[in-house]
Amino acid sequence: MKMLSRKASCDSHGQDSSYFLGWQEYEKNPYHEVQNPNGIIQMGLAENQLSFDLLESWLASNTDALGLKRNGRSVFRELALFQDYHGFPAFKNELVEFMAKLRGYKVAFDPNKLVLMAGSTSANEILMFCLAEPGEAFLLPTPYYPGFDRDLKWRTGVEIVPIHCSSSNDFRITACALEEAYQRAQKLNLKVKGVLVTNPSNPLGSTLNRDELNHLIDFAIKKEVHIISDEIYSGTVFDSPSFISITEAVMEKHVDHETDLLGRIHIVYSLSKDLGLPGFRVGMIYSNNETVVAAATKMSSFGLVSSQTQFLLSNMLSDKKFTSKYIKENQRRLKKRKDMLVSGLRSAGIGCAKSNAGLFCWVDMRYLLRSDTFEAEKELWKRILFEVGLNISPGSSCHCSEPGWFRVCFANMSQETLKVAIRRIEVFAESSSSASGRENLSHQRSVRNSRRSLSKWVFPISSYNDHEPADR
Amino acid sequence: MSFVDRNQENLLSKIATGNGHGENSPYFDGWKAFENDPFHASENPRGVIQMGLAENQLCFDLIQDWTKKNPKASICTPDGVDAFRDIAIFQDYHGLPEFRNAVAKFMTKVRGNRVRFDPNRIVMSGGATGAHETIVFCLANPGEAFLVPTPYYPGFDRDLRWRTGVQLLPVVCESSNNFKVTRKALEAAYESAQEANIRVKGLLLTNPSNPLGTVLDRETLRSIVSFINEKNIHLVSDEIYAATVFSEPGFVSISEIIEEEIICNRDLIHIVYSLSKDMGFPGFRVGIIYSYNDAVVHCSRKMSSFGLVSSQTQHLIASMLSDDEFVDRFIAESAKRLGKRHEVFTQGLDQVGIGYLKSNAGLFLWMDLHHLLKEQTFEAEMELWRVIINEVKLNVSPGSSFHCSEPGWFRVCFANMDDSTMDLALTRIVTFALQSKEVRIQRKKCWASNRLRLSFSKRRMDDIMMAQSLLSPHSPIPQSPLVRART
Repeated sequence: MKMLSRKASCDSHGQDSSYFLGWQEYEKNPYHEVQNPNGIIQMGLAENQLSFDLLESWLASNTDALGLKRNGRSVFRELALFQDYHGFPAFKNELVEFMAKLRGYKVAFDPNKLVLMAGSTSANEILMFCLAEPGEAFLLPTPYYPGFDRDLKWRTGVEIVPIHCSSSNDFRITACALEEAYQRAQKLNLKVKGVLVTNPSNPLGSTLNRDELNHLIDFAIKKEVHIISDEIYSGTVFDSPSFISITEAVMEKHVDHETDLLGRIHIVYSLSKDLGLPGFRVGMIYSNNETVVAAATKMSSFGLVSSQTQFLLSNMLSDKKFTSKYIKENQRRLKKRKDMLVSGLRSAGIGCAKSNAGLFCWVDMRYLLRSDTFEAEKELWKRILFEVGLNISPGSSCHCSEPGWFRVCFANMSQETLKVAIRRIEVFAESSSSASGRENLSHQRSVRNSRRSLSKWVFPISSYNDHEPADR
Repeated sequence: MSFVDRNQENLLSKIATGNGHGENSPYFDGWKAFENDPFHASENPRGVIQMGLAENQLCFDLIQDWTKKNPKASICTPDGVDAFRDIAIFQDYHGLPEFRNAVAKFMTKVRGNRVRFDPNRIVMSGGATGAHETIVFCLANPGEAFLVPTPYYPGFDRDLRWRTGVQLLPVVCESSNNFKVTRKALEAAYESAQEANIRVKGLLLTNPSNPLGTVLDRETLRSIVSFINEKNIHLVSDEIYAATVFSEPGFVSISEIIEEEIICNRDLIHIVYSLSKDMGFPGFRVGIIYSYNDAVVHCSRKMSSFGLVSSQTQHLIASMLSDDEFVDRFIAESAKRLGKRHEVFTQGLDQVGIGYLKSNAGLFLWMDLHHLLKEQTFEAEMELWRVIINEVKLNVSPGSSFHCSEPGWFRVCFANMDDSTMDLALTRIVTFALQSKEVRIQRKKCWASNRLRLSFSKRRMDDIMMAQSLLSPHSPIPQSPLVRART
């Protein structure tokens, strides 16, 4: 008799993918400015480390939250006992306010529809448990976050069917691709329960535009399925066009309420990216569907947010002046950092998809492939990991349908480290073109350029050589 | 909300629309009654006293004192804020090394240093709730089963079954031998499963027991180990109340048994732990899986992503539990206070002849009120329970919600309130008992002991007399309808 469950013995946790292997190599040989300058630089981790100083200075001036006090009185005991899965009311009130602020107050949220749980990892899994039976499916546009393979499928038994998006139109979701994915699922005998999108997108780093949102809404109405919008990066939009939340898009479409669409819209959010606090495990589901809210609330018992953390963050978020200042400054720093990476890549002859959000760039290294295959992409990835010393994420791990794309993170390191990384890329790019004996780099680039309009490339405004003392 | 329309049923999963969450059980109904009319010493002195919540509130002063003296343990204090960035970023599912070390050390101390725990086997989870679900996901497939001795914690129905699809099959334990877990009962349960074509994957124990408040003796534990090895099934030992043992016999952990001269496949042994009861920190969500099976450690660690402990909390706990002097003092003092509270409570019950299972651990008493039932049925138990909630104004938990095979037992928590509330609760119980014509003031009628012991403090008798004199048409505690029915 098999001693462990099937779940324990299989590999649906997805941790054998290159996404995780790269992490392992990095951990064996991590870059350090002084102690290990030849080590691997971690560019596979979508973390926001740019704005801790702002959080630290807030903490320094708010002693009550520090000492777990409210108006000077200790609340330790109250917090230690608080395990109500409805969550700390003050915290939920602040969160809905924060979420509304990030959406320019174009939408309002009700704290009673918000459910808290340990990270968006947990939130996404809980939604699957609530919305689908084992063997049913959700459609996801590619490329998508590799962690979804574990979070959505592993313990739930739910399937993911990809919606193929292509570089020919900047990986935008089309009505055609949605329908094609749906048909493919039907052929596989998989009942489609909904679509899950990440907006802003990981790994693309761009916000969904109105057309895409409308295609999603039309699709969801027609097929009577759910839409899950993972808006975990909503606070990282640093450039136009501005972020359009699914809620806003639905409102603007003046959708006929008889279609019950609102009860099929669910938002996932977390403070891991926008505030840079992944260790605190603060995730949430926002749903208009009462049954989902009730079920998800009970399921959150398997991973509640620590009361200590709820208390600290409800204090922090209640300081509206601070949150406004933080959001703005954080976005400014992200943009600057992105511009630095893009410009550095450009001088190495490497282009990126146009992006206005996120903590990473979606980098086009197709012309560096030996052949237009995923094997060649894997080879290139290994060279970049072991020879160049950068852990970046290959597009195949994100289920991209075209080889040669890589996600490169820019917000999880110091400015100096990013410069080192860029120099390494430049050296590599130069040696690649001369060593391979192919036609020279610039000809390659111009050939590709002629196939697409210039507006698809990013022309940074400032060079990364600017030194601004406030930057980190 | 129990009504879910057809449309929702088609739209959502069976898990979401069904009752697998178990919250329609009476265990939770009492909570609702409490929430509608909660006792408060000054604002609502006639409200319902919560005795259905197994919380340990007796030692917060010690902990608060420690946090004041150790500002660095909080990443938010001026002393500790240097660590803020590193902690806030830390989401590695291995957990902070210092956290794992501190928890392993604490678990060792709680077992009197008789066994050592390896920090590399410590896996985090979202409370013991998360730990139980995760371990079942690792060990069993949908449709397979775990055996659980009755009576057991009602939350298991949700934690082990709801999203996993695994079944729970009872191992029936009886009051005639103090609810001991016998080999005979284990074999009977296993056989029933075989006959029903259900594959048993493991046995779940809670030791010390919830709701019994007793510990398993060495002989029983050895017999259990031999049983699970013979059947080649897993053993999950929930030792969440390990540090709440306040008197003899001492606690024997499964970790000690497997170190003995005993044939045991260690790959079958897993411990679930948490700081919610021993330290009184349910809000911090510190759950632990400790498995002797490498594959289970690896799998559960990956699954822990769904419920990691907040790094802020890991940092605080690591600091607190590394303070040897504090921990030693805390463990000793906590046990002492629990013992005292238990003594006060049981002495009060003794004087009016209310029976209970003799216990030496836990945050509750397993009370025997079968003699107050109109008839020996679970319906009568529910009736009695409603009287206790609505008229005596105490939220206690009926034995049926713990799947007890015999009606009339109630779990009554005593560690989640201060001394004066305890006294008031006792007064209400005593008064209620006195009203019932079935109860006579007896000498100590302890369930397991035949020894008679005359022990009542003068103060206790005064309280009882006072309570009697309060009985009037305007008394907040009216006569029990059970009594009225008989006259």
